[in-house]
Amino acid sequence: MQIPFTVEARPDTGLNNAKLGIWLFLASEVMLFGALFSSYILLRVNADVWPKGHEILSVPVAAFNTVVLISSSVTVIMAWASLKMGSLSKGRMYLLLTFVLGLVFMCVKAYEYNHKFHTGLFPSESTFLAIYFTLTGLHGLHVLGGMIVFAYFWGPGSKMWHSEPEHFTNRIEVAGVYWHFVDLVWIFLFPVLYLL
Amino acid sequence: MGESVEDIKKHVRVYIGVFVALLVLTGVTIGVSYIDMGHGVNIAVAIVIAAIKASLVAAYFMHLISEKKLIYYTLILAAIFFVGLMFLPVGHSLDEIRI
Repeated sequence: MQIPFTVEARPDTGLNNAKLGIWLFLASEVMLFGALFSSYILLRVNADVWPKGHEILSVPVAAFNTVVLISSSVTVIMAWASLKMGSLSKGRMYLLLTFVLGLVFMCVKAYEYNHKFHTGLFPSESTFLAIYFTLTGLHGLHVLGGMIVFAYFWGPGSKMWHSEPEHFTNRIEVAGVYWHFVDLVWIFLFPVLYLL
Repeated sequence: MGESVEDIKKHVRVYIGVFVALLVLTGVTIGVSYIDMGHGVNIAVAIVIAAIKASLVAAYFMHLISEKKLIYYTLILAAIFFVGLMFLPVGHSLDEIRI
């Protein structure tokens, strides 16, 4: 069965279904991360001691990752803009770049985790580390999920361009909106965990 | 949507501008964190800068600046519940004071 209203707007919502769908999903994501941020505040306010993030974590490494993620937000929007301007080859190049930047982010994160584990800093070590691993772990899973989606659209998914270019462009836009949300969460995680 | 190639090119210039702004604000966040302004002020400044960055991403990259009403309503609802979540720890603290 064909999903209706993938390109044209549904008369009653004024939106195509994918657009409304992704925003409803992101609203639920706001609650997921919101609950964890709320837990962070509760844990921190009630803790006897709370370390400064930079005493345990590396600010330069996280700053680098922040730049990587912000750059990947630009490449994904460039992928959409390129498709809008009718160039599949450019669009795919930007999708690949976004995927690679996601991969760089995950590699840096793996390096950070590995470093922590080697120095005996496990989630069980302290409340700070517990919430650090929970928040960054959940965020990392979101990055991984986005990478899988981009890999699909770069590879087999891009065939749709030849039959339904507008539908494909909308898919990239919607995937991009999700990716920007993942970037947005990191924008808060970085100062909250590493700097404060 | 009926956007011409010229329109998209204009958008791209805005995206690059937002990108530069985000990089600068990231630098500012890190720089400011090394200045001791008192614990509360440091937290407030970091959160305000993060909120500005998040707004830039949401408004321009996620196209919220020109989105349909239904999406605004959805997000307003989410925002109300989000604020509720943020105040749960405050409620907990008030409980402790009463004891």
